[in-house]
Amino acid sequence: MAYKRNIDRLPIIPADARKHNVTCHYCIVGCGYHAYTWPVNKQGGTEPSRNIFGEDLSKQQPAETVAWYAPSMYNIVQQDGRDVHIVIKPDKECEVNSGLGSIRGARMAEMSYSTARNTQQQRLTSPMVWRYGQWQPTSWDDALDLVARVTAQVIKEQGEDGLFVSAFDHGGAGGGYENTWGTGKLYFGAMKIRNIRIHNRPAYNSEVHATRDMGVGELNNCYEDAELADTIVAVGTNALETQTNYFLNHWVPNLRGTSLDKKKSQLPDEPHAAGRIVIVDPRRTVTVNACEAEAGKDKVMHLAINSGTDLALFNAWFTYIDEQGWTDKDFIAKSGADYDAAIAANKTSLEDAARITGLTVDQIRQSAAWIAEPKDGKRRRTMFSYEKGLIWGNDNYRTNGALVNVALATGNIGREGGGCVRMGGHQEGYVRPGDSHVGRPAAYVDRLLIEGKGGVHHIWACDHYKTTLNALRFKQTYKKRTDMVKDAMSSVPYGDRAAMVNAIMDAIRKGGLFAVDVDIVPTQIGQACHVWLPAATSGEMNLTSMNGERRMRLTERYMDPPGQSMPDCLIAARIANHLERVFTEMGDATYAANFKGFDWKTDEDAFMDGYNKNAGGGEHVTYERLRAMGTNGFQEPAVAFKDGKIVGTKRLYTDGKFGAKDGKAHFMATAWRGLQAPGKDEQKAKFKYLINNGRTNHVWQNAYLDQQNDFVMDRWPYPFIDMNPDDMKELGVREGDLVEVFNDDGSTQAMVYPTPSARKGETFMLFAYPSGVMGNVINDGVNEFIIPNYKQTWADIRKIADAPEGVKALTFKSQEFSVG
Amino acid sequence: MKRCDKLAEVGRRRFLSGAFAAAASVPAATLLTERARAATGGARVDYPSNRLANVSELKPNETLEVAYPDDDAPGVLLKLGKRVPGGAGPDGDIVGFSTICPHKGFPLSYNSADKTLNCPGHYSRFDCEAGGQQVWGQATQNLPQYTLRVDDKGDIYAEGVDELLYGRLSNVL
Ligand code: SF4
Ligand code: FES
Repeated sequence: MAYKRNIDRLPIIPADARKHNVTCHYCIVGCGYHAYTWPVNKQGGTEPSRNIFGEDLSKQQPAETVAWYAPSMYNIVQQDGRDVHIVIKPDKECEVNSGLGSIRGARMAEMSYSTARNTQQQRLTSPMVWRYGQWQPTSWDDALDLVARVTAQVIKEQGEDGLFVSAFDHGGAGGGYENTWGTGKLYFGAMKIRNIRIHNRPAYNSEVHATRDMGVGELNNCYEDAELADTIVAVGTNALETQTNYFLNHWVPNLRGTSLDKKKSQLPDEPHAAGRIVIVDPRRTVTVNACEAEAGKDKVMHLAINSGTDLALFNAWFTYIDEQGWTDKDFIAKSGADYDAAIAANKTSLEDAARITGLTVDQIRQSAAWIAEPKDGKRRRTMFSYEKGLIWGNDNYRTNGALVNVALATGNIGREGGGCVRMGGHQEGYVRPGDSHVGRPAAYVDRLLIEGKGGVHHIWACDHYKTTLNALRFKQTYKKRTDMVKDAMSSVPYGDRAAMVNAIMDAIRKGGLFAVDVDIVPTQIGQACHVWLPAATSGEMNLTSMNGERRMRLTERYMDPPGQSMPDCLIAARIANHLERVFTEMGDATYAANFKGFDWKTDEDAFMDGYNKNAGGGEHVTYERLRAMGTNGFQEPAVAFKDGKIVGTKRLYTDGKFGAKDGKAHFMATAWRGLQAPGKDEQKAKFKYLINNGRTNHVWQNAYLDQQNDFVMDRWPYPFIDMNPDDMKELGVREGDLVEVFNDDGSTQAMVYPTPSARKGETFMLFAYPSGVMGNVINDGVNEFIIPNYKQTWADIRKIADAPEGVKALTFKSQEFSVG
Repeated sequence: MKRCDKLAEVGRRRFLSGAFAAAASVPAATLLTERARAATGGARVDYPSNRLANVSELKPNETLEVAYPDDDAPGVLLKLGKRVPGGAGPDGDIVGFSTICPHKGFPLSYNSADKTLNCPGHYSRFDCEAGGQQVWGQATQNLPQYTLRVDDKGDIYAEGVDELLYGRLSNVL
């Protein structure tokens, strides 16, 4: 039977509980929450005077009440060394989510470390080292000394290119301005590390190079634009599941027509109607279904293209809109460059695009009209949004550019109801010294590791084992190389540091790799490492980030980090301190001096050294000011501090000046070239099923916390693979059966989920799940800037076993809302 | 169903340590020694045993509107025609669920075609044949299901609920 908590009563938040500003630390949307804490031996009461809401809680509260919280929003945690009750609940006053919590964010409290209630006991609480053939706790000084000595020795022998780094570059948990700065100052300031990669891709590069090269930053509008648009274009984004409250709180009102008053009052000189939406996605997602339920089928156009053919569609839009004269000529003349060249290079007829995409000519023509046909002589306002379907899809760079071409041609950037934006995965929170030394294309780090390069690997909140391509090969080699070092470590007494470092270095010279994992939980790649350094997460430290409309907030520290764990920025600083000491001891005072400037004691020290001094507008921003700005914060960049408030920027490029050197937005030549990444055509020809892949609603990222959440694991004990019932019949499998997904690159497993809306031959598998890693079957082909292509993957499928006991209680019904 | 029983058990244990701490008003130091026997005492609320209907009133796959544990807590009884988790009655196919969505409290409506309860608020849906498991949705809990007892006369009694009901911090007000 479905998992039930059997909780039928919760402690009531007393009127005098402490209240902390919190931004949800999971997805890009960054919903506003508050954390309420109070001593464990106290409680509020049902009388209005005895609870924080001032409500009579002996009565049933109505829908959307603020005076209720779910069991998942409650826990007992440590604060300043004492047990306190905690409730983390969504904030109705936050403009982002207006009190909505999602299935991920509204579990923040339950996903916190609690010894009193046994939650997240997987958290790392002490530094750990590989000692006597197993993981053993040790002190920070001991662990850092070992890390510094091996790292220094490798740099001495191989130069800085011998130090490989995998590091987050985002905001929210496992990131944020404090921590990107801490790690950035270490690897790009004190050193100039080139063999570095980001958490979800095998190199250090932008996922959205093209739009930046065109002079258009990828987060250029505000969430309100989704309420003001005449048409929303959604490319490869399943917003209901992956940017949930942005969709619910800002897209739905437009589709329902409830934002009409806002449209009329903000944009009085033009006709308005309820919004329409064009969704480009080979798969029918729950987002498509929800849009149809809200707007009616006649206002939703789902363009179910052939996987990986987005580029041809965008070029056809561009061509057709130009031919119809629906472009914004003034805007192009004033702000654009290279328009004619791009039009010539990208010319694609409706017929050609129809052939490539599998759509009809009418569908392409009509969607172009929804995007650009003037409304009673006025320019149509269209907002363009895209995410992993494009970012992790075929010919990433050009496809990104091709979509921005359409947005620019129609004058939709820097205007109300417009924008051409990535939807985002994590929040953002990037401030680092310059990275130009990394080069372009950047090093293909995972391939170099497979080839035996590098001597030491520092990993910050990344789990390649779950989130890289060619994952099986990667894991096989990585294990071999790190095992060499483990065996060497077991051959000498741990207490003899000199002998230990010598043994490790010997193994490294023979092709071994010494690996250091900084994380909050023991990850899968962590099992192969030699040192674990325990990190604190959001709320256990003060943490700043910005969301998908560049809204920056401070999450205030509301609980203690587990055990001896520390914020990443301080771990980076302590590594720097130890490297300075070790290099000095080695007699290299000049190099040692690079590691000065890391005397931070607190997260705030790192913030002031980093964001305040280095981010655009950072000088206006301090913790104290952010605290006062609450869960609404301000939108970056900050431009002033006035009347006690940080003044931000609602939209970028409103003055028509863009980011290229000449201040223009450059159109891009983006001709179609088929399946771009090496190996894709061959895979497609040889294997029967498309293994499309992505996220699901219940799960945050690679389930690093969810893997210990009973509610989630009860629903998804294994990664699902959505499959058309006819495919199931051919394969002889039933719902819940475990199947093997395999091709020449590797194999993995998934659980069959019957999905009548899936096209025959086109499956969809949950990405990056611990009990079945989809990356095992993704080949290693990347684009010219080492951006991986995860989405276009083909494999065969065979049955492994009947539905195991653990899935028998699961529902396998359609996930589409339907009242019948 | 071994696995689920165990999970429910874990959930109960976790909560009791918390609820006990709140109810007992003891200093934290004492709490440490109290944790082990937290399962005693009234940490769960006492549910009324309420007669909701008689088996004869139920038509296959049609909802019968009820309220439990009081009139402000709407729910439904269903006869599903197949033995299901939590099912009561001679055929083990009678179930009862709260119909206030545990996400934000919107009223759920029954889709008889696939036996799910659906929420117009934010599209959550719960499977009545799988203990109210959220098929898809934004709630952070599965749908509260009634503990039902059917007596010799066919009278159906509700005697408990397995999750917190939306809009109240105690299932029994
Ligand atoms: S939508 Fe994203 S930010 Fe908002 S609560 Fe859910 S996971 Fe958190
Ligand atoms: S109220 Fe039911 S899904 Fe939100």
